[in-house]
Amino acid sequence: MEFFLVTLLNSLSYGLLLFMLSSGLTLIFSMMGVLNFAHASFYMLGAYFAYQMGLHTGFWAALFLSPLAVGAVGAATERFGLRTVHKFGHVAELLFTFGLAYVIEEIVHLIWGRAPVDYRVPASLDFTLFTLFTTQYPAYRGFMMLVSVGMLIGLWLLLTRTRIGMIVQASLTHPDMVEALGHNVPRVFMFVFAGGAALAGLAGVLGGNMFITEPGMAAAVGTIVFVVVVFGGMGSLTGAFIASLLIGGLQTFSVALDYSIADVFNVIGVGVGPESAWYGLASISVAQTAPVLPYLLMVLMLIVRPRGLMGTRET
Amino acid sequence: MQQSIALGEPVAGVLGRRRLLFWFAVAALFALLPAAFRQSFALSMLSQMGIAIIFALSYNMLLGQTGLLSFGHAVYFGLGAFFTAHAINWVGAGRIWFPITFMPLIGGLAGLFFGLLFGFVTTRRAGTPFAMISLGIAEMVAASALMFTAFFGGEGGIATNRTAGGALLGVDYGPQIQVYYLIAGWCLVCTIAMFALTQTPLGRMANAVRDNPERAMFVGYNPTRVRWLMLSLSAGFAGVAGGLSAINYEIVTAETLGVMASGSVVLMAFIGGIGHFWGPVVGAILVTFLQSALSTYTQAWLLYFGLFFLVIIMFSPGGIANLITMHKPAWQTGLFRRLIPSYVLAAATGAVMMTGFVALIEMIYHYEAKEASTRAFGILGLRLDPETLGSWLLTLALLAAGVALFWWASRFVRRAWDTVTPELQARGAV
Repeated sequence: MEFFLVTLLNSLSYGLLLFMLSSGLTLIFSMMGVLNFAHASFYMLGAYFAYQMGLHTGFWAALFLSPLAVGAVGAATERFGLRTVHKFGHVAELLFTFGLAYVIEEIVHLIWGRAPVDYRVPASLDFTLFTLFTTQYPAYRGFMMLVSVGMLIGLWLLLTRTRIGMIVQASLTHPDMVEALGHNVPRVFMFVFAGGAALAGLAGVLGGNMFITEPGMAAAVGTIVFVVVVFGGMGSLTGAFIASLLIGGLQTFSVALDYSIADVFNVIGVGVGPESAWYGLASISVAQTAPVLPYLLMVLMLIVRPRGLMGTRET
Repeated sequence: MQQSIALGEPVAGVLGRRRLLFWFAVAALFALLPAAFRQSFALSMLSQMGIAIIFALSYNMLLGQTGLLSFGHAVYFGLGAFFTAHAINWVGAGRIWFPITFMPLIGGLAGLFFGLLFGFVTTRRAGTPFAMISLGIAEMVAASALMFTAFFGGEGGIATNRTAGGALLGVDYGPQIQVYYLIAGWCLVCTIAMFALTQTPLGRMANAVRDNPERAMFVGYNPTRVRWLMLSLSAGFAGVAGGLSAINYEIVTAETLGVMASGSVVLMAFIGGIGHFWGPVVGAILVTFLQSALSTYTQAWLLYFGLFFLVIIMFSPGGIANLITMHKPAWQTGLFRRLIPSYVLAAATGAVMMTGFVALIEMIYHYEAKEASTRAFGILGLRLDPETLGSWLLTLALLAAGVALFWWASRFVRRAWDTVTPELQARGAV
């Protein structure tokens, strides 16, 4: 019970973090039709910026400044990179973000080196929030969830209740009409891209010290975010939300479970010992399969329902 | 992609007289190359290039010819390599008899099999979803590779011994030169086969599916099936390349089928130019050369490489092949002479800009290298020391001057083209 509750809480906070990444990605995708391969790189930049700023300003200022800085990088990427490439088609745009991910990783190598940096949870949040049975639940995880949920509500309100949200939503479906009404659609695109990047940056600020801040962090989380977006349905925020929580849960639980098929067989009385021909396969524990599970889930989803959980568009 | 593939005249046939002559010339070149480069370093690089050419060409069957942007092509390369390595080990253990010369066929069959298997799922979608699914499959296979240690050998990989088959007609593949000729032979055969494929109805339909799947459907073809067939065949060729790499390196690790390897073949094909059949060949040669040449000089080579890729995408999305063919009409009409002065100017100012840029990056790298006893370094006759302010100012001044000069020179290039283009149009060359 204790294990279940703690893992559930952990998976919830991880899932919310994933949603912060996938929401930006899916917004950018539904607006510009561009799958941003560098999205996870913005997440990484958020963590590194927060680390660097934190040295001078402390964590709280960095919490606000770092996403802003990442948003500025995102805006510049859209304005000077993607807009130039746009006329060459989607493949060129996709490859541009792919190359950008390479370059950002190398720039991180260049500035901060290859080893992880010492980006820590701030002292003011480094205490135990509550004790569940015997497990002490860190306050920072609670803070992470709080910020994620706050961001979620804020994003929802912004998109559905404000003029800006209305223009953004209209630009998603009817860019020409919005343009005819006198709005600068390319600028809307730039701000959406910047906003998505800033969200990824915020996720980086929160996730960087919870997990680890190193040059490999972008690659580690990047493909998972893609899985979330494909699984939830390309361009659907609700789908991305459900998929984030699902895959967050799947990953957190599977890593924590150290059982294998052989164990199951042993429990029901059919012994699969080391002498069996199938032992090699049966002795793989759930935790060992954890890295494969999200991808497997995605492939299964694509076979059963190619447009994803809540997706509306086929391509 | 918008630009159409220039494949030459289809009526000439793959083995028409001119083509046959061309293939013989390539074969002669392959045969003579080792004589020109005597160092063992050059020979192993040539072998690498041969493998990369097959791999990049097979990749372009997807991206260039069928319009499928795959981020997981190394899966088939890697699986082909693993199956070949195991087959060689079986030969070594005396369990089967199979000549090493035809061992890449095992890799090819493995690639084909997994292409059929994974392609059945992935090719149901095209465009961006296909790109993502291919990435997902690549991650899945890479993660599985570390799980099933019996087959993939875990972190250490699978080692093999290419001389296991013993000598056949005096060839035992001990010396690298014999392996080079093996690779060169397979490279030629695969290139001809892949070129021949572009001339078949399937190859033509692949182009149609790339440009307009709906119309391809109206003609009575199933786009999904065309994509599936093309992916399987291209996976087969990738498997052949993987098999050759198993023979060449005598070790196969999980990295060969990883996402990084998949990314590098995308770069090769795109830098070379996906709009032309021979584009990826140029890309494969250049990228392999840069990988081995640059990485010995600088730690930052991946950064240069990534930036080079971005520049290609932003300014010449047709790759190097397109840059070359762009000049063909001007060359044929003799108007190329008029472009030369502006090109020389652009090259000179570009060199200044590049020097400044490279010096700046290297300064940062040397500054970050805390453990280095001395941080000062030389670059193109400049002696730079990141500890002194003067070096930083010099570098920044060089870069700024270079950018300004290059911008100034690029206007001359544009003006030269502006005078040449109307004349080319008047002569009907473009």
